Amino acid sequence: MSKQINVALIGNPNTGKTSVFNALTGLNQKVGNYPGITVDKKEGICKLSRGVKAHILDLPGTYSLNASSLDENVVIELLLNKNDKDYPDVAVIVSDVENLKRNLLLFTQIKDLKIPTILVINMADRMSRKGISLDIELLEDKLNTKIALVSTRKNEGIPNLKALIENYKTLSTEPCLDTSTIDAEYFDSLKQAFPNQDLYKLWVVISQDANFGKMDRNELDFSKFKTKSKSELKRLQQKETIKRYQFINGILKEGQTIDVTKATGLRAQFDRILTHKIWGYVIFFVILLTIFQAIYDWATVPMDFIDSSFASLAEWIKITFPGGGKLTDLIAEGVIAGIGGIVIFIPQIAFLFLFISVLEESGYMSRVVFLMDRVMRRFGLSGKSVVPLISGTACAIPAIMATRNIENWKERLITILVTPFTTCSARLPVYLIIIALVIPEGRFLGLSYQALALMLLYLLGFGMAVLSAYVLDKILKTNRKTFFVIEMPSYKVPLFKNVALTVLEKTKTFVFEAGKIILAISIVLWVLASYGPGKEFNNAPAIVEDMYPELQGEQLENKVAAYKLEHSFIGIVGKAIEPAIRPLGYDWKIGIGIVTSFAAREVFVGTLATIYSVGSALDDDDKTIKNRMANEVHDNGKKVFTLASGISLLLFYAFAMQCMSTLAIVKRETNSWKWPMIQLFGMSLIAYIVALIAFQILN
Amino acid sequence: MRLTIADLKKGERATIVDSSSEDIPLKLLEMGCLPGNVVELLQVAPFHDPMYLNINDSYLAIRKETAALILIDIINE
Repeated sequence: MSKQINVALIGNPNTGKTSVFNALTGLNQKVGNYPGITVDKKEGICKLSRGVKAHILDLPGTYSLNASSLDENVVIELLLNKNDKDYPDVAVIVSDVENLKRNLLLFTQIKDLKIPTILVINMADRMSRKGISLDIELLEDKLNTKIALVSTRKNEGIPNLKALIENYKTLSTEPCLDTSTIDAEYFDSLKQAFPNQDLYKLWVVISQDANFGKMDRNELDFSKFKTKSKSELKRLQQKETIKRYQFINGILKEGQTIDVTKATGLRAQFDRILTHKIWGYVIFFVILLTIFQAIYDWATVPMDFIDSSFASLAEWIKITFPGGGKLTDLIAEGVIAGIGGIVIFIPQIAFLFLFISVLEESGYMSRVVFLMDRVMRRFGLSGKSVVPLISGTACAIPAIMATRNIENWKERLITILVTPFTTCSARLPVYLIIIALVIPEGRFLGLSYQALALMLLYLLGFGMAVLSAYVLDKILKTNRKTFFVIEMPSYKVPLFKNVALTVLEKTKTFVFEAGKIILAISIVLWVLASYGPGKEFNNAPAIVEDMYPELQGEQLENKVAAYKLEHSFIGIVGKAIEPAIRPLGYDWKIGIGIVTSFAAREVFVGTLATIYSVGSALDDDDKTIKNRMANEVHDNGKKVFTLASGISLLLFYAFAMQCMSTLAIVKRETNSWKWPMIQLFGMSLIAYIVALIAFQILN
Repeated sequence: MRLTIADLKKGERATIVDSSSEDIPLKLLEMGCLPGNVVELLQVAPFHDPMYLNINDSYLAIRKETAALILIDIINE
């Protein structure tokens, strides 16, 4: 077995740590989860020289060893636990040349843990533009480390970094500071109580407990030791921070010179426009429109292609293996349709993450958060909730994945819970056909009633999201204090490699995580719709021929299919729930549509098409479904689709939680079934009540 | 009444005098919000909240309620 060096990449957010990771590992990387929590664990392999490889772990960005979020806590728990299999042989601290002072704070803390440490000064290509010059030799000497000047943008300095990693054994483990001087008496008593422990490590554990609650893998027993009060500890931490900055300032005074006259910055000019009280919002709105356009318009081309490809594939399988019987049917109608239902969302998800990662990489996203925070806060959300809520209009799944960067758990949870109210693209086909059925043609101020109805539904979705956020904010209790600090990074041209890897990674996560569930549900649905108890289901062709002797060919087949569906397991379910949905104005056929829609909303139209046994080859399909639905009558001769039942159905689809994949993602992100179940029952209850009221009033 | 960062006008600079209030997140101190360091107000969102600051060469935005906890002396230039 070849030797592997364990490397931990550590650094402040926005230092280009991920770029360094990508440069070291390329495509040899994978994203997993830390056990028990939903923090992404990014790791990869980097080849150093013949037979020597490095295992690179890209730890979440952190400003210091004092955690305030789950992500940051991962870093500390790893660095304090020498028995962890990922415990680093060498820590690589990535810093940004423009922010060296602040980045060195974390560096000195890691150094004090006596871990061999390399300092990467990234974005070295910006030095001359900012008038910065560094005395590397002096810095290496004073900080007791090796420094790699790196520019991932220009692909410089990576070989040097690799060489330093390979020779990690020569690195000094001398600490930078002696923390115990901040309170000599206290640290002395610590030393006496735990003579075998490293003093700084003890201090990190104690202050960590005060900040973030109990540490998971804390093997030390503090019960016999008199600890300080929280505020005393905080004062000590402040003292420590001041001491570290004094040390850093002293070193940088000698090792770094900044010629301000040479510094050119676009930050001020860009900020003047992008965070302007009026123009800032206008520009944000234009960017939003562009994203909508991409998701709805540009993405339809590949989506249509995927849709037709899967349809022809299913058809081809049926024709090629006619003797396969049930197995062929299962593959063609269950499995292929199921996979198609996953793959069809790839273009939208890829587009969405393309935009989001470009906006994030460029530094613009922080400006949006800055602009929107005040508005969102009124509803218990954060400025950082804006991105998920926008993304939700494409699909709630990537939107919920995008809530990760909200540090505050309560704000993040509320965002996750309300995002599914926004009108996602799967609701669109349902809305379109029902609006066409029940909203009369005609114009109001030059706008058609039907377009207005659609717009109203979008606004209703946003309104409901915000309203329920407001209510949840009042109900949910958290013991952690909320705070909001957001770094405003400098503007940068996004790196193609980073954007491409993000899009690839997010799309892959969607396909495999949500895909498993969608596929399973599709197969279950197919089975329920393809089998039934009793002779009605099994003798359907004979019964239908008896009832309609005049029918021939395709018409007969359609009638048989519809009869079979009525007596299949799922048809029985539809009939069983009919009493519950009668007051909403629906019949059992719509009931089946609603039941199947709980897997995915867009299934509704297809299900109704099958039930109403349409699809004559000569007619325009859509028109036929619409006409059929329009002519559908109850047993008493009254029309099924009226304005009352139509509005009721629209409202039901606007609010009900009918998406297995979203529930699966919420389970993954919140790590419990509690929240997806609250969503499922809460939203569906709201949907039922609103639809009931609407139907009873309008009818 | 001592002045706080919340009282700063756009473009004004000040020296931080005290940031030891319990309710100031440690993160902010670590980003350089410490006595003696210089703070400049770069931009404000509507209603003066949040505030976009340059503290000790770090660029960051905080909410007004937090800004009101950090005591300052305005630098007259």
